[in-house]
Amino acid sequence: MSKLWKNSRFVNDTFVVVDDAAPLPQATPVIVSLKRWRESRGELLALKAPIGVAVDATAEFDVATDDLGKLALIAIPFAKFTDGRGYSLARRLRDTLTFEGEVRATGEVLIDQIPLMLRCGFDSFVVSHAPTLRTLEAGHLSVVREVYQTAVYGRARTTPSFGRVPVLEAAE
Amino acid sequence: MYRYDEFDHAFVNSRVAQFRDQVGRRLAGDLTEDQFKPLRLQNGLYLQLHAYMLRIAVPYGVLSARQMRKLAFIARKWDRGFGHFTTRQNLQLNWSKLEDAPDMLAALAEVEMHCIQTSGNCIRNTTADPYAGVAPDEIEDPRVWAEVIRQWSSIHPEFLFLPRKFKVAITGAAEDRAAIAFHDIGLRMVKGRGENAGKIGFGVYVGGGQGRTPYVALPLNDFLPREHLLSFLEATMRVYNLHGRRDNIYKARIKILVNALGVDEFRRQVMAEWSKIEKPSIDLPASEYQRIAKYFAPLALAPKPNEDNVIAARRASDAGFARWLRNNVMAHKIAGHRIVNISLKEPGKVPGDATSEQMEAVAALAEQFGHDEIRVTYQQNLVLPTVALSDVGKVYDALLSSGLATGNTELITDIIACPGLDYCSLANARAIPVAQEIAKRFADPAKADDIGPLRLNISGCINACGHHHAGNIGILGVDKKGTEHYQITLGGSPKDDADIGSILGPSFPAEEVPDAIETIIGVYTSGRISKAESFLQTYRRLGAKPFKEALYGPSKSSTQRIVEEV
Ligand code: SF4
Repeated sequence: MSKLWKNSRFVNDTFVVVDDAAPLPQATPVIVSLKRWRESRGELLALKAPIGVAVDATAEFDVATDDLGKLALIAIPFAKFTDGRGYSLARRLRDTLTFEGEVRATGEVLIDQIPLMLRCGFDSFVVSHAPTLRTLEAGHLSVVREVYQTAVYGRARTTPSFGRVPVLEAAE
Repeated sequence: MYRYDEFDHAFVNSRVAQFRDQVGRRLAGDLTEDQFKPLRLQNGLYLQLHAYMLRIAVPYGVLSARQMRKLAFIARKWDRGFGHFTTRQNLQLNWSKLEDAPDMLAALAEVEMHCIQTSGNCIRNTTADPYAGVAPDEIEDPRVWAEVIRQWSSIHPEFLFLPRKFKVAITGAAEDRAAIAFHDIGLRMVKGRGENAGKIGFGVYVGGGQGRTPYVALPLNDFLPREHLLSFLEATMRVYNLHGRRDNIYKARIKILVNALGVDEFRRQVMAEWSKIEKPSIDLPASEYQRIAKYFAPLALAPKPNEDNVIAARRASDAGFARWLRNNVMAHKIAGHRIVNISLKEPGKVPGDATSEQMEAVAALAEQFGHDEIRVTYQQNLVLPTVALSDVGKVYDALLSSGLATGNTELITDIIACPGLDYCSLANARAIPVAQEIAKRFADPAKADDIGPLRLNISGCINACGHHHAGNIGILGVDKKGTEHYQITLGGSPKDDADIGSILGPSFPAEEVPDAIETIIGVYTSGRISKAESFLQTYRRLGAKPFKEALYGPSKSSTQRIVEEV
């Protein structure tokens, strides 16, 4: 059973994942593929509900045409926790595409990687690994709070519980 | 050298606490071995054939006496009283226990050391010119930037799960002593020309490496203004992290990506990424650069006479001293001082190994005569970077009594060898005993001197941790129908004339390797124009043919024998 973890707690997931072939529900936040977003943007926007897009780890966004500003959420998968592409995708979204919606990690999301994901700009996590669920429920993350990099949104959005003013940044 | 401030101390202590927690969860069964493995690798704990190996980062090869004493202590308390200096300028302890690791890390943290990212698919310890800061041919001290990279890469959240390991080397000198051409990224400090005149920057090279597909690094950026180093590295790493292959570990290094795309296309992608990165948020602020650079301010040493009567007299009367002086003692940028190389290659000993007592002896010398500084070289030796010429004799005497006065720097017995099948689970063959046998064969110092500069490197498998591709003579352990065999390559070079050695012919069983090397050396000494022509120069002039003929005979072509071997 998976749960959604966001802002340091478990919350209900209001989004529904909709397959490419399935009809779109009315007045419900949906997550569709990047392909469907590109092909059916008008129809999706007419739903008047928050829209999310699930990409795969090889996604290349097109700033000019993808209209990312209209998306409430982008979900990035970790097929395996050792596949680190998602970190760079998230940083690209936050850092160079200035995406301000929710960036959600899905797939193999484990307790020891969540702090890294947070620092790369993820802010919600679909978790199904039992020890990870347990540890998050207990509010126990083992984290190195001192960081040397300006992570994404280092100044504006460093999650207070996971970041400390980086030494490099402090010197600015 | 760099000293930790409160922040750095807190960082390393937090890391130790985090790893202690992770080890606890592993032992409790909350983490599977698969889930735990990258975490322990990122903390330097590597599972070998017989035990865990702890790989301790020696950032860019720089150690203080206090740190060296702590290494000796840790090796004695939790290991077997010796350690192995590696081609990454690190120290490996080969007999560690998982449950001791957090305590070992805590002991290291007391002296501002750690094992962070010495293993795993992440940015590894940056290596540097071992003569940084003291070499007469230096443009700028690369240690400042090596430290900047150390900090930037430490737990960089984006780059801990790269397709494969990532190694950076840096030099600030005219002569490349850091083998930058054989690294994922090689950095060379250069003076700007034309519009960049008066500025210092980096020549950036990418995609060098050894292993089963060796490549010499290609130029990525001719002049990167130094203040943009971090944003440029970040752009390069991001392109690699997103596009490097993850389906096959043998094709996952950046060299494969660079060569598949072509370096021009790779450069285009990096430049596109770099142009979008908000550089000021990533590049090092000038104030932070100045803070770090202060730690590497040159020693305030008064120049002294470059001649010393006592030394000169001893050189005339003591052949061993004279040889050591000639081979191991180098010019220093301040007159009257010297760079002293300490060989860990006494013929017959394990290349790169030092006992706790030897480490302590070197620490004492650094304190007494060496301004508290020690360096580790990628050739697996140690260096006292600054010794007054007038103290050189005392240093020699002390080294002699510790078995550390072998005068063979960059000679045939100064062999680089990986741990091989004695320790490593990936090995095809042993490397250490072969190195020992070859060194014994050339143990007569007069013989080694006569042969002159020669880089002989041995790896126990194609992963090439022993840099065999870059050896003037390279030896590679292969598995031939279940027996340990050795393939010989000639013509590699790790220096400015970087090249990858070519395979000479069919492999040899271990007991025939010293003879084969002796035959090769015979071809060189009889074929060289004069003693001034090095092995590599002679090989490049003559080509492989005379060496092949001497080894395999003219009657049977070596292709014939290779066919038989397959
Ligand atoms: S070259 Fe092979 S045998 Fe030697 S240390 Fe590396 S992996 Fe092990």
